[in-house]
Amino acid sequence: MAHSGINVLFEGSNFARLMGGLWTAVWIAAISLIIGLALGTIFGLLRTLKSRIIRLILLLYLEFFRIVPTIVLLFLVYYILPRQFNVNMPATWMAVLAFSLWVAAEFSDIVRGALESVPKHQRESGLALGLDQWQLFRYVLLPQTVRLELPATINLATRVIKTTSLLMTISIMDVINVGQQIVEANNQSHPTGVFWVYGLIFILYFIVDYPLSLWAKRLTAKQHY
Amino acid sequence: MKFNWKKIITAAVAAMSVAAVVATAAVRPSTANADSNTSSVSAIKKRGTLRVAVFGDLPPYGWVNKNGKRVGYDVALARQMAKDMGVKVKFVQVNANNRVDTLNSNKADIVLANFTQTPERKQVVDFAKPYMKVSVGVVSPKKKAITNVNQLKGKKVIVTKGTTAENYFTSKQKGVSLLKFDSKTQQFNALKNNRAAALADDNSYLYAWVKNNPKYTVGIKSIGPKQYIAPGVKKGNKSLLNWTNKEITKLNKQDFFTKDYNSELKPYFGSEVKPSDIVITSDK
Repeated sequence: MAHSGINVLFEGSNFARLMGGLWTAVWIAAISLIIGLALGTIFGLLRTLKSRIIRLILLLYLEFFRIVPTIVLLFLVYYILPRQFNVNMPATWMAVLAFSLWVAAEFSDIVRGALESVPKHQRESGLALGLDQWQLFRYVLLPQTVRLELPATINLATRVIKTTSLLMTISIMDVINVGQQIVEANNQSHPTGVFWVYGLIFILYFIVDYPLSLWAKRLTAKQHY
Repeated sequence: MKFNWKKIITAAVAAMSVAAVVATAAVRPSTANADSNTSSVSAIKKRGTLRVAVFGDLPPYGWVNKNGKRVGYDVALARQMAKDMGVKVKFVQVNANNRVDTLNSNKADIVLANFTQTPERKQVVDFAKPYMKVSVGVVSPKKKAITNVNQLKGKKVIVTKGTTAENYFTSKQKGVSLLKFDSKTQQFNALKNNRAAALADDNSYLYAWVKNNPKYTVGIKSIGPKQYIAPGVKKGNKSLLNWTNKEITKLNKQDFFTKDYNSELKPYFGSEVKPSDIVITSDK
């Protein structure tokens, strides 16, 4: 029947395949976030140091990843790296590489901003107590910055999850790529299937992203009093 | 820290350029190594997998059925080639515009994705023997069937932008006025709404469409130059190119392509089309 497009979702293993695609997107986003946040913390800390060389290099790094569109980064790691430098890893790991570097760049700026916004007397009191640089960072600055960073970090996380929709351009079977396979395979028999498949994908992304977004809202609200 | 920071920046820039030069130099040797062919027949046999770039969303050539299995005319050929080589097959899904890059970045050994030979593509990849032919066809309502291109003089014909059909009519049939659309869905809707006398596109798409729209017929099955669809390998990969050429000749002798047509394409194209309209059987 022409108007039973919803059936497309439940034929054969279609639903399981879509969920598999979603899982691919989520784990790539999760691993990239873990690596990216760790790297970004280090870079952010380095950017508050006095050395101008380190700051300049990290600023160039940040600007590069902020300005170059993510899709170009993905093409760079998937097509250019293998051709020019003979680096050949599975597409998923190349995607993790590109996403991690991007997250690290964005997060380093968040960390730097948070570190700089810790009141000066906190730092000076720490130094007066005789803490060394590492102790100062670990016991005075870090606990205070985490609270400041959280909302922006969660916002970054939702952006990373949304951006996984670009993974299909480098042949990764993410949820959108699987969705397109299903749409095209059923175009002849179920012309309205496209509406249901993209509708489901919309709901799936919403289910993954909305809790994060809510969490960020609550944290921001808390900070205001 | 007020001292000479101009100097420091200069030093940093100098240091980075040196680093860049060193990095490029260090990388050179490995670029040279890249020439040792990772897609030669012996390399594929050693690896035990033939990596084939296919479409995932173009029925009936390369698509995924409801059980998640890759099927289609191109996919069946890929499986047969891997079987004859004695290796497993691994599919890399591609889109129309990254077929060439997938070969050049060593992501796949061979492209079997409705890859039409064109002079531009021949400069960047090597094509093996073609296994399919398509050309422009013209579809029209059965009641006012267009069977000869002269009937179109002074009438409107629907095409999609960027297709070989648009190309052909613009350059070779100047007496025909064109009504251009962006997508397949739009162009077929326009024909159904009687916006023009006929519609021109790759004949294989038209055969499939006519099957679901029995009021229309592909009155002109083929006009203009024939286009050939062939396996593509990375430029200079002689080893795999020769093997593929021999394989296609062998499969032709076994009538593989006619069988492949009957199992994968016939259900889509219907009885109006014969295998010989699509499949190349000449070099038995």
